[in-house]
Amino acid sequence: MNDSLILICRCEDVTLEEIKEAFNQGFKDIESLRRHLNIGTGPCQGKTCIPLLEKTLAQLSGKNEIETISTRPPESPVPFGAFIKRGKK
Amino acid sequence: MKSFDVVIIGGGITGLSTAYYLNKMGVKNVLIIEKNYLGSGSTGRCGTGIRQQFTTKEHIVLMRESVKLWKEWENSLQHPIHFKQGGYLWLLRNNEELKQYKDYVKTQNLLGVQSQIISKEEVKEIVPEINIDDIVGASWCSTDGNAYPFEVIDALKFFVESKGTTIRTFEEVKSIKLKNGLIQSVITDKDIYYTSFLVNGAGAGAKKIAQMAGINLPVQNFRHQIAVSEPLEDFLNPMVVKGELYFTQTHRGRIIGGTDMEEGPSENLNSNINFLEKYAREVVDTLPTLSSVKIMRQWAGFYVVSPDHHPILGSQEIPNLIMGCGYSGHGFMLGPIVGKLLAGYIKNGNFFLEEANHLTVERFKTGKLIHEKTVIG
Repeated sequence: MNDSLILICRCEDVTLEEIKEAFNQGFKDIESLRRHLNIGTGPCQGKTCIPLLEKTLAQLSGKNEIETISTRPPESPVPFGAFIKRGKK
Repeated sequence: MKSFDVVIIGGGITGLSTAYYLNKMGVKNVLIIEKNYLGSGSTGRCGTGIRQQFTTKEHIVLMRESVKLWKEWENSLQHPIHFKQGGYLWLLRNNEELKQYKDYVKTQNLLGVQSQIISKEEVKEIVPEINIDDIVGASWCSTDGNAYPFEVIDALKFFVESKGTTIRTFEEVKSIKLKNGLIQSVITDKDIYYTSFLVNGAGAGAKKIAQMAGINLPVQNFRHQIAVSEPLEDFLNPMVVKGELYFTQTHRGRIIGGTDMEEGPSENLNSNINFLEKYAREVVDTLPTLSSVKIMRQWAGFYVVSPDHHPILGSQEIPNLIMGCGYSGHGFMLGPIVGKLLAGYIKNGNFFLEEANHLTVERFKTGKLIHEKTVIG
């Protein structure tokens, strides 16, 4: 299957082809790839795409172990209003 | 072992912008050393804002010139940086603030920045969704704005690499060697580099780097937290400021912003729920319709704060060690002008802006401090 048709990150529309291109351009670590392509920065917080990205990066770099990304709260998106304590000013 | 004309420590906006202007001035044999990935420090963690509404001549003039360069970057860099002049809308909560900001606007106007005081009805015209019940007006500058940090990093990286600058990431400086009172070489965990000039653009690591050369920089790191929302359709052009709170919408549709937690100096970069509670309350007070919008992610970065909240630029005891640090929360917006100033300083031995001469580390010895009154977030 054509790499340009394989969607890795659904929130940010990033394909396998774009990951390979970025890797060849010199974005060879997971954090740089993430920031260059915005992969894993959408509302799902990378829950689907980051494991796929790690696997792809392992294949491209020939390394067995790939460092994962730093996780940042909240675990899932939460409305602004939910953080406001009633009665507290 | 290799030799360079200029070695820059720090792959954030200071380092990349300095390399950009050095390359433009014909200095091509430049090395940037970054201990992590490019933009991994304060640049990539920042709130994206670019403003000229400051209170001192130094900050106003530097930022006035920096905005000109941001425009040049937007028009000339091949990779888009999403610089947008959506303005800074500084909401004023009472007559005391109004009086203060009238004075600031006067100073800004005298120095060529077209800011103005506007009524709360005019605030409504700029952002109809804003709650104007508890404000008396705003300080407004339509030429302030924002840019997207990682696109800026990419754009500068592509440019400087095409001009021959070498970038080494995931490489950490371990020590600095001096000879006859000058920097001679830099030793990293991977290699040793001889250089004619060394630039300290190490952000939150700048104090440590200066110490390696025997210099005590009077800066301290302060944690500041930020959050982004899920993407929304474009509706918010300016950066909105109210007290300690600031927020805007990025070109990716997300609301990005922060507020001050009034913490002491710290090396901690964790984020916490106390921040989200304060930030959410202030945001919803200011723009109530955001209440149902979801916060997607939060993180923290450092303000590297100097005693008078102004940058430390240029050299002092060691003539070939050039500082570019201590921006106190304004490093990203100052990036273009600081890069141009530092490159010119290396090339010509002086700053092309008189105001920059007031920003060397010498001011902490002579006591000629210049206090900035508006630091937000």
